[in-house]
Amino acid sequence: MENNNALYVALSLVLNLDATLYQIVILSLQVSLLAVLVAAVIGFPLGAAVALWRFPGRGGAIIALNAMMGLPPVVAGLTVYMLLSRAGPLGEWGLLFTPSAMVIAQVVLVLPILAALSRQKVEELLGEYQEQFISLNMSRSRMMPTLLWDARFALLTILLAGFGRASAEVGAVMMVGGNIEGVTRVMTTAIVLETSKGDLPLALGLGIVLLTLVMLVNAGAYVVGELTKRRMG
Amino acid sequence: MTSLNVPMMDAALIAPLPSLHFDDVAFSHQGELLLGPCSFTLDGVGPTLVMGPNGAGKSLMLRLAHGLISPTQGSVSWSCGERPRQAMVFQQPVLLRRSALANLTHALAVNNTPRKARMPLAREALARFGLAARADTPARVLSGGEQQRLALARAWALSPSVLFLDEPTSALDPAATKAVEAAVQEFHQRGTRIVMTTHDLHQARRLAGDVLFLSGGKVREHTSAESFFNGPASSEAQAFMAGELIE
Repeated sequence: MENNNALYVALSLVLNLDATLYQIVILSLQVSLLAVLVAAVIGFPLGAAVALWRFPGRGGAIIALNAMMGLPPVVAGLTVYMLLSRAGPLGEWGLLFTPSAMVIAQVVLVLPILAALSRQKVEELLGEYQEQFISLNMSRSRMMPTLLWDARFALLTILLAGFGRASAEVGAVMMVGGNIEGVTRVMTTAIVLETSKGDLPLALGLGIVLLTLVMLVNAGAYVVGELTKRRMG
Repeated sequence: MTSLNVPMMDAALIAPLPSLHFDDVAFSHQGELLLGPCSFTLDGVGPTLVMGPNGAGKSLMLRLAHGLISPTQGSVSWSCGERPRQAMVFQQPVLLRRSALANLTHALAVNNTPRKARMPLAREALARFGLAARADTPARVLSGGEQQRLALARAWALSPSVLFLDEPTSALDPAATKAVEAAVQEFHQRGTRIVMTTHDLHQARRLAGDVLFLSGGKVREHTSAESFFNGPASSEAQAFMAGELIE
């Protein structure tokens, strides 16, 4: 019965726009959206470049990108932690246990996903377009924006997948953010903490918001995919 | 159909067409000789129809001429020295995932056409090929015939001196085929060198100024359309005309 009660309290927290809860939600969104944006700006051109150019070690680069998609968040967290800790090479920046550190950790997690999946998509399109591109006398660097634009719907789906990964991840942001109340506490780390403290209503409330968010993102991906199929052929 | 039978020689003489030279050109892939070695010159007014059975090397020859692939032996050159402006229309039109209009403005942008000139040129080309009403339609939801006309409009907007067409009508119905043939005539009258492959004898009869006949990766005959259709000299072409299976 206590769990049912917790669910009731959780729903009222969500519906009454509880200040603590929404502060956590807003920070989570800020961190993950910024991380995905940064990862996209680097990852999409990187993926397209790997698709377009032939260079020594290209096969290895593709394998590495694909493998990095499954990078365990705690390993990403550990790496960023070591880089940003006082004794680390970037220690002077003083970023450890700040939202910036969390953004960096999530970029490390999301970048391989965006780069690897966009590489696949762009390569597929290139196979289809290549003869026409050569016929139009296009250089490889001129092909890149054309391919990225023509892959725009697929890239949007990939972006949503990246956002899903970033927002649902807990290990890395816990390690480099520190789950400091009001500063670096995001949904996932708060759920872990509140659950271990026994404060189930807040944990559940955050869980509901997180679940809703992830479902919305997936619904978005599905709708985009369907619309593309219908409109663009 | 009458418009297709008008003599095509007059207008093409206005501007000198760049002539194409194949000098001992051969192409092999993984040790297998697929084309040539062959030498010929296309310097007539055309249109040149490249004919031959499936697997004769027609498409390969077109790709070598257009520079999509490089010969493994010999050289392809043009009378004007440098590579003339050229375009190619493929059997399956390759269209970007954008509107019909955006497909043309993209090609013009790639071609370094000044930004202000792109839109009017693109609209003019769409209108010329009966696609004005389809300007904002995504190119890939157009019908097969419309897609091929869009590919022709794209080539038109680029004002090439040479146009290659690789069996542009093989997937089209008679009405769409007729539209493509009319477009080929327009290019020809504008002073564009046309090099087109087909395995449709009737189409070749309607369009050809001269015929390049290939079989088994070799050029068997290059002659005027008139003499080719009156009686080809090579035994392979005779067999092809007679509808026989040849190697």
